[in-house]
Amino acid sequence: MKTNNVLLHTLSRVVTLIILIFSVYLFFAGHNNPGGGFIGGLMTASALMLMYLTFDFSKIKKALPINFTSFIAAGLLFAIGTGFASTLFGFPYLTQFFDYYQLPILGEVELTTALPFDLGVYLVVVGIALTIILTIAEDDK
Amino acid sequence: MSWLHLIILLPFIFAIFVPFFYKYLPRIHTGWFVFVVPVALFAYLLSYIPLIARGQTSYETVNWIPSLGINFTAYVDGLSLIFGLLISGVGALVVLYSVYYMAKEREALHNFYVYLLMFMGAMMGLVFSDNIIVLYLFWELTSVSSFLLIAYWYQRKQSRYGAQKSMLITIFGGLSMLAGFIMLSIITDTYSIREMLGQVDQIAAHGLFVPAMILILLGAFTKSAQFPFHIWLPDAMEAPTPVSAYLHSATMVKAGIYLVARFTAIFGGSVEWFWIVSTIGIVTLIWGSVFAVKQTDLKALLAYSTISQLGMIMSLLGLGSAALYFGYGNESAMYTTAILAAVFHLINHSTFKGSLFMVVGIVDHETGTRDIRRLGGLMTIMPISFTIALIGSFSMAGLPPFNGFLSKEMFFTGVLNASELNIFQMETWGILFPIIAWVASVFTFIYSMILVFKTFTGTYQPKKLEKEAHEAPIGMLIPPIVLASLVVLFFFFPNILSKNLLEPAMAAILPSFIEAGGGFDVKIYAWHGWNTELFMTIGVVAFGSLLFVSLKKWSWLYGVMPEQLTLNHAYDLGLEKVEKASHGITAFHMTGFIRDYLLYIFGFIVVVLGGAVVMLQGFSYDPSGNAPVSVYEVVLVAVMVVAAIGVLIAKSRLTAIVAVGVLGYMVALMFVNFRAPDLALTQLVVETVTVALFLLCFYHLPKFKKEESGVRFRAANLVISLGVGTVVTLIALSAQGARVFEPISTYFEDSYELAGARNMVNAILVDFRGFDTLLEVLVLSIAGLGVYTLIKLRLAGRDNE
Repeated sequence: MKTNNVLLHTLSRVVTLIILIFSVYLFFAGHNNPGGGFIGGLMTASALMLMYLTFDFSKIKKALPINFTSFIAAGLLFAIGTGFASTLFGFPYLTQFFDYYQLPILGEVELTTALPFDLGVYLVVVGIALTIILTIAEDDK
Repeated sequence: MSWLHLIILLPFIFAIFVPFFYKYLPRIHTGWFVFVVPVALFAYLLSYIPLIARGQTSYETVNWIPSLGINFTAYVDGLSLIFGLLISGVGALVVLYSVYYMAKEREALHNFYVYLLMFMGAMMGLVFSDNIIVLYLFWELTSVSSFLLIAYWYQRKQSRYGAQKSMLITIFGGLSMLAGFIMLSIITDTYSIREMLGQVDQIAAHGLFVPAMILILLGAFTKSAQFPFHIWLPDAMEAPTPVSAYLHSATMVKAGIYLVARFTAIFGGSVEWFWIVSTIGIVTLIWGSVFAVKQTDLKALLAYSTISQLGMIMSLLGLGSAALYFGYGNESAMYTTAILAAVFHLINHSTFKGSLFMVVGIVDHETGTRDIRRLGGLMTIMPISFTIALIGSFSMAGLPPFNGFLSKEMFFTGVLNASELNIFQMETWGILFPIIAWVASVFTFIYSMILVFKTFTGTYQPKKLEKEAHEAPIGMLIPPIVLASLVVLFFFFPNILSKNLLEPAMAAILPSFIEAGGGFDVKIYAWHGWNTELFMTIGVVAFGSLLFVSLKKWSWLYGVMPEQLTLNHAYDLGLEKVEKASHGITAFHMTGFIRDYLLYIFGFIVVVLGGAVVMLQGFSYDPSGNAPVSVYEVVLVAVMVVAAIGVLIAKSRLTAIVAVGVLGYMVALMFVNFRAPDLALTQLVVETVTVALFLLCFYHLPKFKKEESGVRFRAANLVISLGVGTVVTLIALSAQGARVFEPISTYFEDSYELAGARNMVNAILVDFRGFDTLLEVLVLSIAGLGVYTLIKLRLAGRDNE
């Protein structure tokens, strides 16, 4: 008899959303509070993992047709590219800049080049975690 | 680049074209093209004779590595000219001989002539080099090309064995010689031999004098097949006969002689040099001549004879170096005879030994064997070869009217003079030299007679031979005829040689005599009255004939010495034992088990770091800067200790994994306690992932032989792990109490102003030290792709499907 995990399914849908939001919060909060690209990436990966665990693998694959290995490449490109951006203006590699801007709705916001760098870290971590776990999971001898 | 350099390098340049001649002009024997080279060399070197005979020298320099003082300086004096003429002259004859000896259809002639030219060039470079590093370079080139030539018929096991043996021994000597050269250059601060001559006094006073001398002599003795390094020469007889005639009688084995002669001016006159060179020489002389009589293979006989003759030249050089002790004067003049005898015999030996080898090659070529027991009665069939062999052998035995007689007489004069020396303790031991020399000459006489009479007289036994014996073609006979005529010519007109070559050569060996204003007036006479030397020769002939006739009655004596005591046996056994021992050592410590290698690594850490702590008395504990310990930390540490012990003593793997997880979470709590929220967050997540992966591995362990037992106890592991723990703890305790500089973290505390970030950790990660993060991300990527490929790529499994 097939077990019916209604409770798990219902809960997961809500919880996944919360974890995803939390992970994005951690990612953006990193500059001024505990958090950052690494832990944010791991959180995102765990949210997606929860989906994979709760629902069937093939279903999620259909719903999220993403190849996570490309995340790694994208992340590395972001991280390395940020470094090169500063060299265009004659600064040493990986010099970071920041400033404060008045944006509509959000008010005073600090924008820094560390953010795209951290985004690179974030993407790589998400890509790696899911690549490793999914490869191992799909390995049915 | 002068003509001299070009002429030295000509064989190398020409060697490049030899394969093309072989390939595109197959109808003409390649040897004919090669023949041009030594002839050109010989003709060019002849043009130096008038200059050298006037007592002048010539040198040319080409910069090679000027910043290190290593330049290719070619230096022509009497000594190097003699060698140069021998190398090119005998070389030309050998090439001519090989044209008839090596069949065009069967042999790989391109290999043969390339190696031969390489050897010729190396030998020319060796004798004309003034720079010792360049000399060493050419020295090793002769070793390499000789190795290639000995193993020319590489299909044969004996050839490969002989090549390997000669390679090992001569390279061993070459390397020690290099060490000696380096010591010399340390003493004198130059690589040039000519410049060293100006500093002879400093060299003699230096502490490295004796080590440098012994190392250089090792090189000379191994190359010139002196006792006990002579064992490679008989085995090198597996080479084609032209090679044996060229390398192993006339040229390469004399490289050591050249070296000793060249360095006599630097080391000569010291007691160590005198004794080492003359003793080794005289021992080699008697050893070689005694064992030559035993041989049944003609080439082996000639090999031992070469060893013996080289020993004779060597001992003469050693005895003659006494002249340098006295300096220029009447007293030393009589000892220079030994040097003269050495140089003269050097030339003579090249002529008669070269011709003898060629004759043996002819006999081998025309009858199919070199074994004395199967040969006999060839006199009437091969009259020309017989005549040449007779001339060569009688010259070797030291009989008139051949040049060997002259040098043998001078040899006796040299040893007799030396026995009257009253320096270097020669009063007590000196009398041994003439006795040994005389006995060795008797044996020399015996084997010379064996060579002629056992081969050419007696009964002809066609059944034992592979081919029908007949005289060799004329081309094969010309080279030995030329050499044999020189043997006779030098006897009747020795003073042509002495005026033009021997005197300059002596001037080169004893340069201090020239500086002192003296010259050498060498006159060689075939007849010098009824003196001791002549009586000694008569005695040699009388006793030698007696022993030769009764050879069958006493040759059983050679069987007395057991095989186990021979030097060859010692060499083979030594090689075998070294291989076995090194294999044993490797098999002992390279077990293939990671746990053993880890034991070595950790043991090494304990020994080196622990040893450093103890020896340097580095342990110091200063608790003054420590923070107070809170109750939370005590509890956390207690839990961690329990968990760690649990990992060790757990009976099942699952328990161990869970205990590792507990440890990890405790570390996360430690981070919380020590106010590191970022670390705590990361540690929690990473620990979870790791434990999950451990569980995955655990789940997939094979069912077969699944062990649910705990960790097996090993005393060594306990000791090492306790040692590592103790050492690391001690070092950590000493390190934390000894802070030398203020930490730089105050700078990062301004991160809000500097990087616009209130989170200092994050500011360090992405801004201050962003480069580290970049590379760590890269590491993560590689790990992830590694996992991906390890699982997806299954080359081994693909075949099975």
